[in-house]
Amino acid sequence: MKILVAIKQVPDTATQMKLGADGKTIDPTGITWIVSPYDEFAVEEALRIKEKRGQGEVVAVSLGPDRVKEALRSCLAMGCDRAIHLNDPAWGAADTLMTARALAAVVKQEAPQLVLCGRQAIDDDMGALPAQLGELLGWPSAYWIMEEAVDADGKTVRVARQVEGGLEVFDLPLPAIVTAQKGLNEPRYPTLKGIMGAKKKELKDVKAADVGLAAEAPQLSITALEALPPRPPGRIIQGDLPTAVKELVRSLREDAKAI
Amino acid sequence: MRAFVDKEVTPHVAEWEAAGRIPRSFWKRLGELGFLGLEFPTEFGGAGGDFLASIVLGEEMARCRSGGVAFSVLVHTDMSSPWLTRYGTEAQQRKYLPGIVAGETVCALGITEPGTGSDMAALTTRAVRHGDVYRITGSKTFITNGVYGDLYFLAARTGSGTAQRRHEGISMFLVERGLPGFTVSRKLDKTGMRASDTAELAFQDCPVPAENLLGVEGRGFQQLAAGLQRERTMAAVLALAAASQALEDTVAYLRERHAFGEPLAQRQALRHRIADLATDLEAARALVYHAAMLYAAGEECVKEVSMAKLFATEVANRVAYQAVQMHGGYGYMREFPVEGFARDVRLWTIASGTSEIMREIIARRIFE
Repeated sequence: MKILVAIKQVPDTATQMKLGADGKTIDPTGITWIVSPYDEFAVEEALRIKEKRGQGEVVAVSLGPDRVKEALRSCLAMGCDRAIHLNDPAWGAADTLMTARALAAVVKQEAPQLVLCGRQAIDDDMGALPAQLGELLGWPSAYWIMEEAVDADGKTVRVARQVEGGLEVFDLPLPAIVTAQKGLNEPRYPTLKGIMGAKKKELKDVKAADVGLAAEAPQLSITALEALPPRPPGRIIQGDLPTAVKELVRSLREDAKAI
Repeated sequence: MRAFVDKEVTPHVAEWEAAGRIPRSFWKRLGELGFLGLEFPTEFGGAGGDFLASIVLGEEMARCRSGGVAFSVLVHTDMSSPWLTRYGTEAQQRKYLPGIVAGETVCALGITEPGTGSDMAALTTRAVRHGDVYRITGSKTFITNGVYGDLYFLAARTGSGTAQRRHEGISMFLVERGLPGFTVSRKLDKTGMRASDTAELAFQDCPVPAENLLGVEGRGFQQLAAGLQRERTMAAVLALAAASQALEDTVAYLRERHAFGEPLAQRQALRHRIADLATDLEAARALVYHAAMLYAAGEECVKEVSMAKLFATEVANRVAYQAVQMHGGYGYMREFPVEGFARDVRLWTIASGTSEIMREIIARRIFE
């Protein structure tokens, strides 16, 4: 069974974000780039499906500039068999729909039975891509999956989707698109053997023309970015203990509306 | 590696420090992830990496804020088990390596004796051949992983040296826990490194199978000496990485702690002190990496390794003193990691060759 995992490279969660001089982009200096954590769940699940079935191929794919190779290498180190890097200046300002079109073109070429993604990337939190990809391909799709089981014949996948207070269970005919929610699995760490082996695996550069796409303009563009307002300073409540406690409770209830 | 340490090591170190040991399940987890066999051949479950991979292991483990956890792990991976691949027969490697790599067989190095520290040639534990066993009698002390270990890389005398060649006649043995006549006589109580267990061991006519002689009989001193450069480089790495973590913790503290209406990070005296320590650490890092590269390339490196060990461990102790000082009263409290670091790092100018011995080695290479 062939599985395609679409991943995105995002700034590390611990990074202190700074706005670029143009006010529309993030200043990239000092950023550590990682595979978006939800996408790691997707990679892990794809590897588990392959391991459970004892055969198959897991292909990682990502769109972005040269630095994205590093993210794809770490997917290879985790155990993906090969990787595809959609790397073309034509995609420099890609919005989710352009990215979905590029991915749909790759999916048509690769013809996997299953596409796995994270439920959303943790940088811009759009979460739009899997649905757009499903629409473009005409494939069934299920999001925020906590459990999955591909049947023995590889014809359907049973997925359990997180909803308020419970799980919603679906059977999807394959091929299908499934997105991973936190809790689906615990991603493995790449081993040294995996890291060394990753250097020998195929990482293919793909241009827009290679998948038959002409240049297009994004429908979505960023007008401005704003930094979060600085955190207001803490407040020390003066007075003797009984009065201070009363004031604290009042403030938590009325000012902060926390209780 | 860093993600693993953040998620699965750091949250537990307080518990392990209090318990005075790291749990067996942690050794197995390290084994499962391949961290215990970075340099061992892939046929025995190793990763086939080089010394620089082990340096990364040491650097990242030391950032868990427990010197003892890092020390125990690196004694197993770098200060004992590598002798097995360097001098062990194929049968010995086949027998012991898979367990070592899997974290089922925890290793310790047994050289130091109550009367024998830096002067290794003075060791008196004896191994006498009787048919197909060597009977070992004597005692060992300060043995890291010694209380709960499984396999001891033990140095003992199989012959007596001469006045001019005192180091002749020492041999190395692979001694399994549980042999008759082998007892852990004491679990030692230490200032720091509390998560790693340290033992005093007693041997009374302990029969070690002759096939467990490691390397060449009588050449133990030379064999051990050849491994010292690895051990000392690793000691420097552990001290350096822990000190880097402590400095980061101190910088974070200075940003947060307010006095006289502003964060301590605004006080010039403290800022300049941090600048000096960061500079010292950077210099130490450059020297340690230089020594490690020489060692990894198989080049002559005794002087550079001794310098790196001396400089990095002394810088780390300067960082410890100042990190505690800049934390004020909190630096003296158990709940702040710099307190533990200051106790742990004190060991490093003593263990794996004291600063005095390092200076002696460097001086000898300058004057002779």
